[in-house]
Amino acid sequence: MEPNELKALIEKGITDAKVEVVDTTGTKDHFSAVVISKSFEKLSLVEQHQSVYKAVGAFMTKEVHALQLKTYTPKKWAEQNS
Amino acid sequence: MELSEQIKTDISQNPIILYMKGTKEMPMCGFSNQVVQILTHYGVDYKDVNILEDPEIRTKLSEESGWPTIPQLFVKGKLIGGADIAMELHQKGELLDILDIS
Repeated sequence: MEPNELKALIEKGITDAKVEVVDTTGTKDHFSAVVISKSFEKLSLVEQHQSVYKAVGAFMTKEVHALQLKTYTPKKWAEQNS
Repeated sequence: MELSEQIKTDISQNPIILYMKGTKEMPMCGFSNQVVQILTHYGVDYKDVNILEDPEIRTKLSEESGWPTIPQLFVKGKLIGGADIAMELHQKGELLDILDIS
């Protein structure tokens, strides 16, 4: 899968998300993603990652072997980068 | 015992349990190894389950947990997360409180 396809999947599942995807191995099956969404505000860290996995759906563990995740609310993201 | 029952029992009866590729002595995947290293750092006792021994474990486990990838770390019956979350909680200094099962 191309990083852009994965990005599109996550953005489709989490509509307000800002998403960056990197192909970490150059083999189009190991990725790392940063996902920023307001919808994460009421979710625990586990639930935030689960909502990203849900967006990737059936591709997860098949076309996508590994997906390293960093999830942020817009507030946390601003703190991180201040 | 049926496999999914076995998984539920293992998760509820072991205060800390790590589903991983390989064993804690010999992790077979970088992400599994990462969690092993973190747990070793804290010196906590935990049960390891090698999902490579039976691919069915992974399927059933993910059905139970709603988490698609390996490793999966459970503490007191609750899914803490995979390698990224374990590392993030470790770096934030929050993991020891979670692992403090005494």
